[in-house]
Amino acid sequence: MRKLFSHLKPYRRECIFGPLFKLAEAGLELLIPLIVASVIDRGVGGEDRTHILRMSLSLVGLGLLGLGFSVTAQFFSARAAVGFVTKLRHALFAHIQRFPYATLDRIGIPTLITRMSSDMNQVQTGLNLTLRLLLRSPFVVFGAMVMAFTIDTTAALWFVAAIPVLALVVFGIMLLTMPMYKRVQERLDSVLGTTRENLNGVRVLRAFRKEEAECAAFAEQNRVLTASQQRVGKLSALMNPVTYVVVNLAVIGLIRTGALRVQAGILTQGAVVALYNYMSQILVELIKLANLIINITKSLACAKRIQSVLDIQDEEKAQQGLPESDPAVRVEFDHTAIAYGGAGGEALSGVSLRAMPGQVIGVVGGTGSGKTTLVNLIPRFYEATGGRVLVDGIDVRAWDPEALRAKIGLVPQKATLFRGNIRENLLWGGEKATDEALLEAVAAAQASDVVASKGGLDGEIEQFGRNLSGGQRQRLTIARALVRKPEILILDDSASALDFATDAALRKAIRSLPYRPTVFLVAQRSTAVSHADQIVVLDEGRVVGLGTHDALLDSCPVYREIHESQFRKEAAQ
Amino acid sequence: MKSANPAEATRTAQDSKNAAPYRSVLALLKPYRFLIAAAVLLSAATVALTVYLPVLVGRTIDLLLGPGQVKLDAVCALLLQIAAIAGLTALVQWLVTVLNNHVAYQVTQDLRKRAFRHMQHLPLSYLDRHSVGELVSRMITDVDQFADGLLLGFTQLFTGVMTILGTLAFMVSIRPLIAGIVLVLTPLSIVVARFIASHTHNFFVAQSQTRGEQTALVDELLGGQKVVKAFGREQAAVAAFDAVNDRLETNSLKAVFYSSLTNPCTRFVNSVVYAAVVLSGALLCVATAGTAAPFTVGSLSALLAYANQYTKPFNEISGVVTEFQNALACAGRVFALLEEPLETETPDAVHKGRQEGDLAQGKVSGTVQMDDVSFSYTKETPLIEHLSFLAQPGQRIAIVGPTGCGKTTLINLLMRFYDVDSGAIRVDGSDLRDMTRARLRASYGMVLQETWLRSGTIRDNLILGKPEATDEEIEAACRAAHAHSFIQLLPRGYDTVITEDGGMLSQGQKQLLCIARIMLCLPPMLILDEATSSIDTRTEMKIQKAFATMMQGRTSFIVAHRLSTIREADAILVMKEGKVIEVGTHDELLSKRGFYAELYNSQFSG
Repeated sequence: MRKLFSHLKPYRRECIFGPLFKLAEAGLELLIPLIVASVIDRGVGGEDRTHILRMSLSLVGLGLLGLGFSVTAQFFSARAAVGFVTKLRHALFAHIQRFPYATLDRIGIPTLITRMSSDMNQVQTGLNLTLRLLLRSPFVVFGAMVMAFTIDTTAALWFVAAIPVLALVVFGIMLLTMPMYKRVQERLDSVLGTTRENLNGVRVLRAFRKEEAECAAFAEQNRVLTASQQRVGKLSALMNPVTYVVVNLAVIGLIRTGALRVQAGILTQGAVVALYNYMSQILVELIKLANLIINITKSLACAKRIQSVLDIQDEEKAQQGLPESDPAVRVEFDHTAIAYGGAGGEALSGVSLRAMPGQVIGVVGGTGSGKTTLVNLIPRFYEATGGRVLVDGIDVRAWDPEALRAKIGLVPQKATLFRGNIRENLLWGGEKATDEALLEAVAAAQASDVVASKGGLDGEIEQFGRNLSGGQRQRLTIARALVRKPEILILDDSASALDFATDAALRKAIRSLPYRPTVFLVAQRSTAVSHADQIVVLDEGRVVGLGTHDALLDSCPVYREIHESQFRKEAAQ
Repeated sequence: MKSANPAEATRTAQDSKNAAPYRSVLALLKPYRFLIAAAVLLSAATVALTVYLPVLVGRTIDLLLGPGQVKLDAVCALLLQIAAIAGLTALVQWLVTVLNNHVAYQVTQDLRKRAFRHMQHLPLSYLDRHSVGELVSRMITDVDQFADGLLLGFTQLFTGVMTILGTLAFMVSIRPLIAGIVLVLTPLSIVVARFIASHTHNFFVAQSQTRGEQTALVDELLGGQKVVKAFGREQAAVAAFDAVNDRLETNSLKAVFYSSLTNPCTRFVNSVVYAAVVLSGALLCVATAGTAAPFTVGSLSALLAYANQYTKPFNEISGVVTEFQNALACAGRVFALLEEPLETETPDAVHKGRQEGDLAQGKVSGTVQMDDVSFSYTKETPLIEHLSFLAQPGQRIAIVGPTGCGKTTLINLLMRFYDVDSGAIRVDGSDLRDMTRARLRASYGMVLQETWLRSGTIRDNLILGKPEATDEEIEAACRAAHAHSFIQLLPRGYDTVITEDGGMLSQGQKQLLCIARIMLCLPPMLILDEATSSIDTRTEMKIQKAFATMMQGRTSFIVAHRLSTIREADAILVMKEGKVIEVGTHDELLSKRGFYAELYNSQFSG
């Protein structure tokens, strides 16, 4: 985890001073029993009132000094923990920005979100506690033992006996319960998951009248969760009583030894009181330490998870020295093939295709035939595992990814908008676009009514664009892609929520764009692509037809079937 | 619909805070009253024993007067007592914790169960208005926090108060004067803790607000990460993130630092109290030495132990109070959910349902009539107004129209997910409101555009409507839905486990599964909402055949954008802005050259 903790470097000073001041405070605390002993022996025993007063005042003084030390320590550790996590969050977020699609798919967005939020918070808490307490507790425990030895070696042996036993009990119970708590957490997660799933599918479940069955299933999960909570509860409930008994047994031994030593004149009464006080301090600190270790373990697990994301070195880089091809061809697929990581077969194989500037390329094919995969190769969202893809005659792997993508306007299948207003969303397409240019794009995307209904470009868009209907969102995402006047426009089945009239108007508007982009039009219907200059027909990842509508109707049985599935009845009539 | 009005949200939050749910909490605890009483008694015993122990230790220490003056027999006797008391304390302490845990976990279980059951019967109008995340957090997180805070908090509070009182009593019994000093000084630590808490509250609010802002931003940006990349907005995304991140750093630092002052400050107050006890106690020892009632060193050591013990619960209690408030707020939210009115069925409907059983296959002929129906989600924006139509048994009714015309709403009404505002919907002549929802829904098979699959095996998903289905039946249904071939290619066939979002399945495959699910149970009426929108037309064509067989003799409602899907309908309802503007068959409507014809022709002109 060196990489992760490298972000701690700017806080080296805080990381040293925080624990240091904390130790100083603990050191002061260790002096207290000695002072009390001196009050008893010299003050009470010697009837020295000034000594009593002086010692009491020094107790207050120690308290004040301790306050100063610990406030300083808290400040340093808070600054280190908060600052470190802020830097780490930035680093992780920026790191994620570099991930190619394949990596995002593999890790999954929800996982990344968890890393960014709750894992980070846990690391912050963990680091803060570590800096404050990790050294303090062992210091006090062993400090108390050492102090005991300075008072009386024989009596101090009780510390040597008690500390391992206490540690065994505290850490033993901790080690036993940790996996149990983990199981409780897993079961809680599954109860949570069931609830979420149930709410998501409420319509389907009610349509199937599963209410009672769901209640029963939930009750069972719930019961299992409670049972595991009860089990771990019983075990961890042992911690306090057992340590209490151990400490008191040690106290009994201590006093007995003390009594003999006092009898023999080796020890004073005050010294026995001091030993007793040290013993009490140990217990408190050991329990604190156990809780701290649980917390640190959790935090370390979170840190490890964050680290594992930081360790992923998938990055898109421009490669040098790849062979070039005809620069007059806007997009070229040259025996392109791709197999997704993990999946066995190739999602696309042997695709060859040349799209000239201004051409409209229709892409049709059945569900899962590789249409989206094909267009995702153009902006190098995924890398071809065989053959190559070229834009303007240059292999996409040789392009600077940013420059490549700046040429492309993409409308993904899933219409995603971001919180803000319409203008901010459209400006994603091109930061410098004027309102006029934005409205132009909006008009071409048949979204003028959407913008008008939201009160113009300043119209508010909620998170994920959820205040818009599916069709409205789709049209705005099309407008967003048009804003940059792309050289290559990719429409990935992005009109699925539009009605026919709007869809038709949209296709017409796109064909008549003045800057004549090369358009890749992925569609389910043959009618949507019938005017295309070339139509690629995909079937299970292979090109089974390439040509114009009419030519394909003649030559390509799959295309004919797709077409006829829509016009079956007309043909029959 | 999903976006809850923020003003409303804060209002509900306040309501739940004001209406302290004490009574509901008490009702919840009632079954455990004996256990709770036992826990309370036992923890009182623990406190008494814990408080008594330092007295014994003090007495023992008093015996250690000096060389040759120690009565070892007496010391040993006292030490035996200490051992016995310590053992007893430990036992009782363990019992108390186990009892408390038991009650807390059981109550949580009860409450979660109730909340889940309640949720099953909440009207969709409520569920649609609240985000899933919010509801889940109420049903699970809030319930947990409630149990933790209220029950464990309660016992802590109780033992805390008991310890304070017990210690005080012992201190008074040892030396009223010193007890008085401690009594006067300790509240200082509460004052200090309070002061810090109230002054850090704002920092915490700022921190959690900024944190929420950041989470929302991360949710959105990472959720749309592919779009971010597609538009080369990585730098802009990092910049937006950093802006919030830096603000969070400032706010977090304040919250973390200032709140961490509580412990050192109260510790300081404690050390002052401790010093005061040392001073007064030691002086007293000197002053009373040799008198009839001497204040001994042992008593002093007991008092010192108490002074430590006495201030600890104060610190704990101030922590418990915040936890308590939080728990009550959580309980308030949970009970607010539990008090949400449920969907009700008229007694007649229930009675009839019991007599006649489900509107099962064969018993319903499938006449569906909408009679002057009006409906809207919010009063301000009318949606469906004065809608009437009649579907004869076995008819295939297609619903078409532009986006947002009310097609999906119509399904909500047909399935009685929502009740009509005025007018009536009748199935076989009886008003939907006169039959139970269960009877109504049993007669419909529904496939929605937004496919929903549950985490589990493919088979689990298929048998949702017919848990008793045999493997042969399942396979037959899947073959009919053209799902069998791809299911067989999955790693474990029908036993392949899928996640809720369907994971490796494509949108089209998920739709096929949803269709197979309906094919398996074959109810007498069908609702197909864009059921084949993500399925390619070739497969769709094949499914259509299966659909055609399935729809034979079944009243079906089909919502679709694709005209090919609905060409064979007996009647087409053309909807626009919540009204049916044209009704007829495909050919009739085409020759009418109206809105439908326009829609249809646009497909060719494409």
